[in-house]
Amino acid sequence: MDFNLKYKAYGECSILIEWPNEINEIILEDVLIFKNSIANNYVKEVVEINNAYNSILIICKFTIDNINDEILALKSIYFNRKKVGHRNQLLWKIPVCYDAFFGIDLEEISAQKKLSKSAIIKLHSQAIYTVFFVGFLPGFLYLGGLDNQLHFPRKSSPRMEVKKGAVAIGEHQTGIYPNVSPGGWNIIGNSPIEFFDVSKDEPCFAKSGDKIQFYPISLNEHKAISELVALESYELESEVING
Amino acid sequence: MVEVLKSGLFSTIQDLGRFGFQRYGVPFSGAMDAYSSKIANTVLGNNENDAVLEITMTGPRLLFKTQTVICLTGADLSPKLNDVSISLNKAIKVKAGGVLSFGKLNYGYRCYLAVLGGFQSESVMESKSMFSNVTKANKIAVGDSLKINTASIFNLEHNATLKVNTNHFKSKTIEVFEGPEFESLSDSQKALLFNQEFSVSQLNNRMAYQLNEKLENNLAQIITSMVLPGTIQLTPSGKLIVLMRDCQTTGGYPRVLHLNELSISRLAQKKPNEKIRLKLLKQ
Repeated sequence: MDFNLKYKAYGECSILIEWPNEINEIILEDVLIFKNSIANNYVKEVVEINNAYNSILIICKFTIDNINDEILALKSIYFNRKKVGHRNQLLWKIPVCYDAFFGIDLEEISAQKKLSKSAIIKLHSQAIYTVFFVGFLPGFLYLGGLDNQLHFPRKSSPRMEVKKGAVAIGEHQTGIYPNVSPGGWNIIGNSPIEFFDVSKDEPCFAKSGDKIQFYPISLNEHKAISELVALESYELESEVING
Repeated sequence: MVEVLKSGLFSTIQDLGRFGFQRYGVPFSGAMDAYSSKIANTVLGNNENDAVLEITMTGPRLLFKTQTVICLTGADLSPKLNDVSISLNKAIKVKAGGVLSFGKLNYGYRCYLAVLGGFQSESVMESKSMFSNVTKANKIAVGDSLKINTASIFNLEHNATLKVNTNHFKSKTIEVFEGPEFESLSDSQKALLFNQEFSVSQLNNRMAYQLNEKLENNLAQIITSMVLPGTIQLTPSGKLIVLMRDCQTTGGYPRVLHLNELSISRLAQKKPNEKIRLKLLKQ
């Protein structure tokens, strides 16, 4: 199925491509296929091609002289796009400690939602989340798939400092703070693994289109994994989910 | 080596930025006023992407432990070498033991210090631009030793002062293109954007410049999408936020306008409460 896409010049060097105003996996799939086709077929020298939920941004190396010529070239790539050379998508198993020591807002969510803490943990860790893209902070994953029962408003005033690895809920989204930062989401746990590591060739292990599942660990396991992560000898579990 | 005796308000090592890592959520960073930082490097015959020290409003005090040649561009912060005033936009020899200091801010907001061969600080993801959680530090601190090359040949051929376009500091005009959500604005809102002056808020840093004047609107937020340095976002409360070099990679506010490259540099030299006027360019 072909979507009706909008193409716009964005600044002197970039082109924005937009899908209909929706967040869903059908659009994400089309975004990723087109992104891959652009990377393989677009002749203009690009700095980077990046995507969000329903958009692609092509950042070109040089000023764009004639946007209409570029749009024609891109439209032709879209209509000839093929699902080839698409990288395998992976399901990553992420350890999360939901102990009250880390899950400082679990009590409040539990009281407001009239759900037991163990029910919240179960709902949060049984879902399989889709990584739509990485943005906001280095290594911050935009995840889709939070159970409706766990939707919870942001805090009215953000915390000045949220711990690195904090697992949190904000409205209809869940996410992990990759580093210490201010934050307004409700914190339900903490993951000991690195979500952004500049020393690696791939600083973020997860990519747009991958899946994530959380699994509960104890405080002791959190400590043990943290130590392995610090020694760079922790191997994250993952499996290929498409061929 | 250059030893930091005083750090100044916010002094940070920057090249022209970190490109190709937006997919990891890593901002571009880079000299806020890229125009002035390129001039500093050009005067010294450096590569225009060599790392410079970006000095904001209040200057540091630096001890040169090795001889080199420097060039200062951008804001006039009354620079002195060994307590003697020195010129901007000119190659200046510094002997080992020389102390560079700064005083009163005469014009502009950010000054650039280039050294021969550029600062040799750590490169992360192909750039020396400092940014939290990417490089170890996001600014220089007292006691830091900044690595530089020793200039072996110490005779300056090019002694001329470069003529810099003072319009870069004086002009109020900020040139903009239509942003991706520009068409969501009403005609009267568009008119308000271009028929009045705006001023820079106290809330300004390397990530964003807020403007003091608001623009009433009832635009819906957008589905989170990519943003770029130079994008002007319009918040539901009517705030106009100009994203700068350290801006996040994505955002959810309508992107109503977008500064051209030179205007980003120009805005980076504006102080709080300085006036600007937006001028629409056709694309």
